[in-house]
Amino acid sequence: MLSTLHPFIQYCENPVTPMRITIKTIIAAMLFLLATQGPAFADLTDAAQGLLSKKYSEKIQATEAIADFGDPRSIVLLETLLDGKLYATKSDGRLVSRKKVSDGYQITDILTEEDFGVVKSGDLTKIRINNKMRGLIKDLLGRLTLLNEDPALRLKAANAVFKSRPKEMAVPLRDALAAETEEDVATAMRRALAALNFVHGETTTIKADALLILQEQHGPEVKFLLNGEANKIAALQNPSHEIQQFALSIETALARIEEKLAFMAVIENIFQGLSLGSVLLLAAIGLAITFGVMGVINMAHGEMVMIGAYTTYVVQELCRNFAPDLLVYSLVAAIPAAFIVAGLCGVAIERSIIRFLYGRPLETLLATWGLSLILQQFVRTIFGPTNKEVSSPEWLSGAWEITGGLALTYNRIGIILFAAAVLFMLLLVLRKTSFGLQMRAVTQNRKMAASMGIRTGWVDAMTFGLGSGVAGMAGVALSQIDNVSPNLGQAYIVDSFMVVVFGGVGNLWGTLVAALSLGVTNKFLEPYTGAVLAKIFILIFIILFIQKRPRGLFALKGRAVEN
Amino acid sequence: MVDMINKPNKGPFVSLMTGLPGGGKTFLGILLVAAFFVPLSNTFLPESSPFYVPTYLVSLMGKYVCFALLALSVDLIWGFAGILSLGHGAFFALGGYAMGMYLMRQIGDRGVYGNPLLPDFMVFLNWTELPWYWFGFDIFPFAMLMVILVPGLLAFIFGWFAFRSRVTGVYLSIITQAMTYALLLAFFRNDMGFGGNNGLTDFKDLLGFDLQATGTRLGLFVASLIALALGYLVCCFITQSKLGRVLIAIRDAESRTRFSGYRVEYYKLFVFVVSAILAGIAGALYVPQVGIINPSEFSPANSIEVVIWVAVGGRGTLWGAVLGAFLVNWGKSYFTGSFPDAWLYFLGGLFVFTTLFLPKGIVGTAAVWIEKFKNKQQGSSPMQAPVPVKEEQ
Repeated sequence: MLSTLHPFIQYCENPVTPMRITIKTIIAAMLFLLATQGPAFADLTDAAQGLLSKKYSEKIQATEAIADFGDPRSIVLLETLLDGKLYATKSDGRLVSRKKVSDGYQITDILTEEDFGVVKSGDLTKIRINNKMRGLIKDLLGRLTLLNEDPALRLKAANAVFKSRPKEMAVPLRDALAAETEEDVATAMRRALAALNFVHGETTTIKADALLILQEQHGPEVKFLLNGEANKIAALQNPSHEIQQFALSIETALARIEEKLAFMAVIENIFQGLSLGSVLLLAAIGLAITFGVMGVINMAHGEMVMIGAYTTYVVQELCRNFAPDLLVYSLVAAIPAAFIVAGLCGVAIERSIIRFLYGRPLETLLATWGLSLILQQFVRTIFGPTNKEVSSPEWLSGAWEITGGLALTYNRIGIILFAAAVLFMLLLVLRKTSFGLQMRAVTQNRKMAASMGIRTGWVDAMTFGLGSGVAGMAGVALSQIDNVSPNLGQAYIVDSFMVVVFGGVGNLWGTLVAALSLGVTNKFLEPYTGAVLAKIFILIFIILFIQKRPRGLFALKGRAVEN
Repeated sequence: MVDMINKPNKGPFVSLMTGLPGGGKTFLGILLVAAFFVPLSNTFLPESSPFYVPTYLVSLMGKYVCFALLALSVDLIWGFAGILSLGHGAFFALGGYAMGMYLMRQIGDRGVYGNPLLPDFMVFLNWTELPWYWFGFDIFPFAMLMVILVPGLLAFIFGWFAFRSRVTGVYLSIITQAMTYALLLAFFRNDMGFGGNNGLTDFKDLLGFDLQATGTRLGLFVASLIALALGYLVCCFITQSKLGRVLIAIRDAESRTRFSGYRVEYYKLFVFVVSAILAGIAGALYVPQVGIINPSEFSPANSIEVVIWVAVGGRGTLWGAVLGAFLVNWGKSYFTGSFPDAWLYFLGGLFVFTTLFLPKGIVGTAAVWIEKFKNKQQGSSPMQAPVPVKEEQ
């Protein structure tokens, strides 16, 4: 009967229009054929009952029939049978699985998942299978999943074959590959087939062909597979010339894969580093404005980030309660909201505290630190000390799989883009608006700017508001990758200062270069030193760097900055 | 480098005692009274007496005294040399760790695992031998030497680089903060061999005295008071000397002092190292009284809190820093006990209020009032040591 399956599949190997012949259509035909061949089974339950037979030949017929129904329950039933965990009750011959409990065995109907309560071990008979059946079931199971309607399940089955490489799967896999219409599933199947041929191939030629396919793949599993085979050959007593040649080609393939893996590790590191750098940039860029333009050490900067993150949470909750349809876009709505909330906080702080402390940077540092404690406690009082859940929208979850083994997650990509956008907007504001012009004038020479009629007090308040608002927007991004808790800002304050000081005060490009280079360096150090030590090295490096260039990578030039 | 005071006929100590700045003698007197009263009261008075000092209070006060010494060390550099260190907690913690290592070695085979050589946490990490930097810490004089040497050396290296490259003002503050943050991360690592995030604890005895015994606690309290008094005298000695005058000049106009021919960096380096050593001693006395030292002592927040003690008490007044440390820590004990949620509001408010309305701190502001009062009575103003109002950026 098995042999009768193949013509149907081969029939659709080159269909005029790509179509899938599902297993059910095959089964419909099968049932017709079966009717003339032996005991036909009306439905799955009926077929399952066939397993109770004492004769193995009848059991085999039942097993095949079960597979032919192509029901998801068939897979469960066959897997249980294969594992030797299928039992029948002695009283009424139901097929059950059992689970040990304190006073016997809890039994569940294998098909209906109905509970039958607890029975003694003696009330059950195990359904025995022999080796022939075992092989058959494995074969059938592979077919069932490889030919399943769900492409995801087929992909999973192909990858499972690639990992376990059972010899008997070669034929069903080839059949399934022929019927496959989805490109990525077909690729996975080809890879699995190549792995099968590579391991079980009868001649060296088959193996060598398989190797050609495999070496185009990358990923640690392929490397592992090739290594295993190379070791096997190395252990041979007197390898023939042919085999030695084969071993050599394995070596070259391995070298190629190694190279690819190393290259991908570099790409991955750069990406991770850029994304960490973008986080640093977002956290530091507001500080670059307040510190750079006004010389204000704002220790409450981290709290502005935290306020931004909490604004995101509030916007999300508002959406959830009043406009559930818009929930997916709550993150977008949170960006201007966070900017406004944090910006207003910034203006309020500047007008109420900081303006009295100009020219006394150390006092400003202390006052803003005190402020940060108050803000933290305030948020803790309102929202509670526990982390708040800000969910990732659908369009930010998942990953962009570039090639096998290299996947970039969307939320990391999103943060990189967001950081770039924020930097761009900020540059526009600074370069192209009259407010930006006034701000730069105040940076370069406050007294002169005041003499030219610029309201420096107003510029100060707006600048501080802008810096705080940008910090708030950073909070929106950080809510996606970090815990939204009252301590959120604290974690970033030292890092932000390091970035600003390293890049040079009052220079956005410096901040950009500093953030990205620190991020990438950190990620490249991590594999060798571990995350904590990498961070320590970076801190020590910055401490030493400041000794050499006390005003950072890109220092502002001119008399104005020499105070 | 340390110039003696310009009073040739008297020994330095006598001239120091007679030349103590305003309130200095009263301050030392209070310390002396406390050193006698507290042990006597705890030992001889009945518990019902209103003057009875219970043992837990002795330990609490001992802790405050250590904090006061730490505040004093910060005031020495911030109040007199204009160096705002946001990493002084690091020196305090290093001193504490040196003492903690000695106390760990004293446990011997009384630990949970009963290993005579290795502390419990090393046995737990499956270490087989003592790391080299733990050698010698079973010897008390060596451990005490390390209490001074380790913070001193770190301050020397750090200050050498920082002051020579003229890193000043907020930049210095930020990199001191980075220093303590780096140490915080480093000490959190188990591989460092300092007990990871649990730190060092479960101490048994110090020089053979049981740490839980009341007598030991009283002894530690008195030792802390003595250290504070000596630290105060050292700070007075430095600030009253010609060196101290140069430091004040550096604080108020660093470039001008440099142009006058002084090697500014050496003066700063000296006072920075002295201050770090004082902080280290404070840490060493703190650890046996609280019974634990862990990496959280390195956290930047702790170091900033020390600065606010000094700011509240009054920058550049020395005993004002001590007063500030006592007041803020008493407030902390009170608030965290009675209104735990209000403490951070209070502390944060204190930072803002002090910087906005009390830039000279309690002692500095009081001094200004007294001055005004005297001026009204006498109509003339005697010369006073300048009180910092504005520092170089």
